[in-house]
Amino acid sequence: MAPDSTNVTLEGFLREQASMGELRFLTCGSVDDGKSTLIGRLLHEAGQILDDQLATLEKDSVRHGTTGEDIDFALLVDGLEAEREQGITIDVAYRFFTTTRRRFMVADTPGHEQYTRNMATGAANADLAVLLVDARNGLMTQTRRHAFVVSLMGIRHVVLAVNKIDLVDFSEERFHEIRLAFEAMSKGLGFASARAIPISARFGDNITTRSPRLPWYSGPPMLEYLETVDVSDTTARPFRMPVQWVNRPDHTFRGYSGTIATGSVRPGDRIAVASSGVGATIKRIVTMDGDRDEANAGDAITLVMEEEVDISRGDVVTSGDTVAVSDRFDANLVWLSEAPLYPSRGYLMKLGTATVAATVTRIQHRVDINTYEHVTADTLRMNDVAHVMISLGTMIAVETYAADKDLGGFILIDRLTNSTVAVGMVTEVAAVGGGVVWQKQEVDKLARAALKHQHPATVWFTGLSGAGKSTIANLVEQKLHAIGRHTFMLDGDNVRHGLNRDLGFAEADRIENIRRAAEAAKLMVEAGLIVLVSFISPYRGDRDSARDLHGPGEFIEVFVDTPVDECRRRDPKGLYKRADAGLIPNFTGVSAPYEAPLNPEIRLDTTSAPADQLAERVVEELRARGLFAG
Amino acid sequence: MTEQTPHLKRLEAESIHIIREVAAECRNPVMLYSIGKDSTVMLHLAMKAFYPAKPPFPLLHVDTKWKFRDMITFRDETIDRLGVKLIKYTNEEARSQNVNPFEHGSYYTHAMKTVALKAALTEGGYDAAFGGARRDEEKSRAKERVFSFRTAAHEWDPKNQRPEFWHLYNGRVNKGESVRAFPLSNWTELDIWTYIMLEGLPVVPLYFTAERPTVMRDGTIIVVDDDRMQFLPGETPTMRKVRFRSLGCWPLSGAVESDALSLQDIVAEMLATRTSERGGRLIDKDASDSMEKKKREGYF
Repeated sequence: MAPDSTNVTLEGFLREQASMGELRFLTCGSVDDGKSTLIGRLLHEAGQILDDQLATLEKDSVRHGTTGEDIDFALLVDGLEAEREQGITIDVAYRFFTTTRRRFMVADTPGHEQYTRNMATGAANADLAVLLVDARNGLMTQTRRHAFVVSLMGIRHVVLAVNKIDLVDFSEERFHEIRLAFEAMSKGLGFASARAIPISARFGDNITTRSPRLPWYSGPPMLEYLETVDVSDTTARPFRMPVQWVNRPDHTFRGYSGTIATGSVRPGDRIAVASSGVGATIKRIVTMDGDRDEANAGDAITLVMEEEVDISRGDVVTSGDTVAVSDRFDANLVWLSEAPLYPSRGYLMKLGTATVAATVTRIQHRVDINTYEHVTADTLRMNDVAHVMISLGTMIAVETYAADKDLGGFILIDRLTNSTVAVGMVTEVAAVGGGVVWQKQEVDKLARAALKHQHPATVWFTGLSGAGKSTIANLVEQKLHAIGRHTFMLDGDNVRHGLNRDLGFAEADRIENIRRAAEAAKLMVEAGLIVLVSFISPYRGDRDSARDLHGPGEFIEVFVDTPVDECRRRDPKGLYKRADAGLIPNFTGVSAPYEAPLNPEIRLDTTSAPADQLAERVVEELRARGLFAG
Repeated sequence: MTEQTPHLKRLEAESIHIIREVAAECRNPVMLYSIGKDSTVMLHLAMKAFYPAKPPFPLLHVDTKWKFRDMITFRDETIDRLGVKLIKYTNEEARSQNVNPFEHGSYYTHAMKTVALKAALTEGGYDAAFGGARRDEEKSRAKERVFSFRTAAHEWDPKNQRPEFWHLYNGRVNKGESVRAFPLSNWTELDIWTYIMLEGLPVVPLYFTAERPTVMRDGTIIVVDDDRMQFLPGETPTMRKVRFRSLGCWPLSGAVESDALSLQDIVAEMLATRTSERGGRLIDKDASDSMEKKKREGYF
């Protein structure tokens, strides 16, 4: 099966390439079950390890190897220094090999629980998973976890490789015992095919040829199975293309570039823009190799329309109005970040080519991925899997992951660190508006504000406890009131007596506290008011989420900048004294962080001027921003 | 031009997608252009990604001033032919101190490549840099993401990479930080040559065999490209029929004896070869961890 490299002609090679299929798979399973060894062995048997690489491998085997005199094939894939030193796999390695029948891209993924996120990364682009089990140990906790993640990521074909069969005397009985246990375990995981194969990766049994030491096994050896297994999905799907890029070199050309997610398209086809529902006709399918008569799923193309239509990055072009457009959905979520998830906190979500504001509004349940049990949770930690409800700041085209991986798979991004904190798979899309119908209102924000001769806005005072927020906000309101402006004040302490009475001071509650204040402020802005919000609001991300609720120019962040030592000295409510004595847990500035604004609209240094002057400055700034005249 | 194979069409489309994502998500991207076969394919894919427009980012060549003369000629011709913008950068400080590959070994590579690259990226304020690296080249590259995050000091933390799913690349960075984007991650050396052949792309003539003046050092064939060659006592150049599988600074590039005169010959030779392409690169031979170390420090 390995290509005989000396007899390959160029013509033969190209002929073979024209019809050769490809399989992208991953190897996973418990630590030390032999994942890397199996890949090393497959590469070796497929003749992909070149002479100089083999020489380096022999040298490395002496230095780091764990196989005595023999070549340690795991060292071929464990490419990081730390991995070779510790003898473990930390991150995914991608390797490529080809046989006469198929081309393979294999992701070797780590087994340790702490690297589950890397394992999920390897699973995302795979069509099949090879799940390894040590024949001596049988199914382990990690086996269960990996089978679950594989299923979660939508992989429908699995090979259960019962490895190290040599160490159980090639026992048929043991093999079937493990196979049956796996069948029982994976019943609910939705695999379309699951094939068990007994192997010894280290000694090469049942890798390329049927092993004479396993005469009772009549199925195909590993490589032959991987060469022939059918993982194709022939379901006909409608045309969908998320727009990546608007191509506009000059006024004579306007094209929409993207990769087709599903279906196909031809010039003359009627299409619709998902978000607006506006229709158009395809005029040309442009590529540098000439215009195309047809383009299919996976093709990277540029579409030109007959009509002038407004399409931008993040929009989805579809064959009709079949795609769901919504701002709420349910999803399975894998949490990837060391910082935990708190519901209500604002994140960015990338789905297709759209990046929008997103909030996990509720954790329905967490799944114990070792036992598959559902447990309640109010937060998620790294590598947790949960079923959640998500709400977006904007309506976008979204589908279930089962129907469309491109429009049903998403990541969540932290607004501050920009790290990828979660990966999600949509399970159900709520009807537009999530079932909560928006009542259309004839009298709108502008109409209400016009009557008051002002532009409404939220003026958000943030700073440490005792910084002077409420004092200054109060003075600002008095001054505005005096000149006939319509205002309202939301003070952190006061709101906690009513609307937010049910909330404590743990991080999750603080986030919810801010979210409610922001929503309340937004309603009052809708009413046409100038709203003064005075909240410590220590987290930048939460203030950014509050800003996102408002229209352009409607959110004015005022940083009441007072050093913590000065606040402690003032201590108007005696809170610092109590916090320093350890009587108040999670006290901002003492035992909980305060993230200062990076670019506030207004910064007030309270050590430089008295409160009344600072309040006057705020009023001036609001006037300068056109909130009111005179 | 012959029709591309289904596999290469898939790779091409995936790479174009990656290139467009970088252009759309990053504020100020740049494409590292090193003149070799991988850069040739990457640049060609960038031309395809934005056709009929030109790529909306410049190319950057970190010039050590020790490149083969043929490479520089090819570079300038290519830039003219395609009408793209090229930025050239050299570590002039190290150059004025006469840091050179004969006397300064790995310090030369560090100063003229790694340090120069980091300085060029910082100076340009780029938040994304395309590189032509492939996962099949080397073990630590096999581990790298398509969008690979770098700290403000251009460092790579291989133990803590951003998870990456499907085609959803996260190119968001804070000020000073950047991503390196590798559109050719899933291509192999054979894919590159087969693609170049079927696409009929021009490449630097050094990839084709010719009689060239050479010396043999520690089993490596060095081609004498200009009069800065520092000969060892008793060493004189010998004419050999050689070509290169991988191009870099001429005193550090190992040639191979070959009869390949055309792209077809090169692919045919690839199909029969038994050594890896980086075998000819002198800078990778120090230790197995060598490439990872360089990459962590900011090398491409």
